[in-house]
Amino acid sequence: MSNLDASFAALADPTRRAILARLALGEATVNELVEPFDMTQPAISRHLKVLEGAGLIMRRVEGTKRPCRLAPTAMTEIDQWLGMLRQALAANYDRLDDVLAAMKTEE
Amino acid sequence: MKGIPVSKLTLKTEGDTHLIVTRKFAAPPKAVYRAHTEPALIQKWLLGPDGWTMPVCINEARPGGKIRYEWSNGEGRGFYVTGEYVELEPFSRLVHIERMFLPDPTPDNHVVTTFTPDGAGTLMTMRMTLPDSATRAMMLASGMEHGMEASYVRLETFIKSSAVA
Repeated sequence: MSNLDASFAALADPTRRAILARLALGEATVNELVEPFDMTQPAISRHLKVLEGAGLIMRRVEGTKRPCRLAPTAMTEIDQWLGMLRQALAANYDRLDDVLAAMKTEE
Repeated sequence: MKGIPVSKLTLKTEGDTHLIVTRKFAAPPKAVYRAHTEPALIQKWLLGPDGWTMPVCINEARPGGKIRYEWSNGEGRGFYVTGEYVELEPFSRLVHIERMFLPDPTPDNHVVTTFTPDGAGTLMTMRMTLPDSATRAMMLASGMEHGMEASYVRLETFIKSSAVA
């Protein structure tokens, strides 16, 4: 599985997306993630393992803690998602073209 | 670059924290501006993939005015955006701040949208500024999700039409 495929698979889960959103704000330990997500520590740890396997997060050792943060390589891969966002935006603006055409006929 | 553009839409990153979207429309700036500020119009197009609707659309087009968009796929899935207007220059420029709730709020996205006359039409430029590159990446990720969903919908349609044929 390529990194991009692994990224997509990792992001298929809403909790993992939310964890990434949290890590976008800065480094966090497992315990710091347990509380806002209202999940058990093993559950959070499993999600972190998937994210780490996809190369989306990195973990370092600090005493007994292993704080997580977003991986810089994830940023490069995420740049490739621009194409996907473009597609979603294009659909909206094609609809807006129709709305504008309808406004014109109303005038 | 010369040549006929494949699409009227451009999307590019700038620096670490900006995202720039441009799009041309065959309508004057006044109409495009209205379609971005009047709820009854917004609800017709700002929808994402097929099948999604915006049951709640609040857009108070005045400085300090509130923005709230709620989307639903009709099958229990949904998310929402809240925001506030900072500045408005009727028919030419909008400045607002927004955040998505997925369900936790994303960091604020500062958005400047301009509507410039372009012949008989309009060139819209939307310049988004995110607090940092990680936040921008997350925003792109959520957009990707929508794009993927739209692709799956098209795939389903294709599969169904093939089965009929």
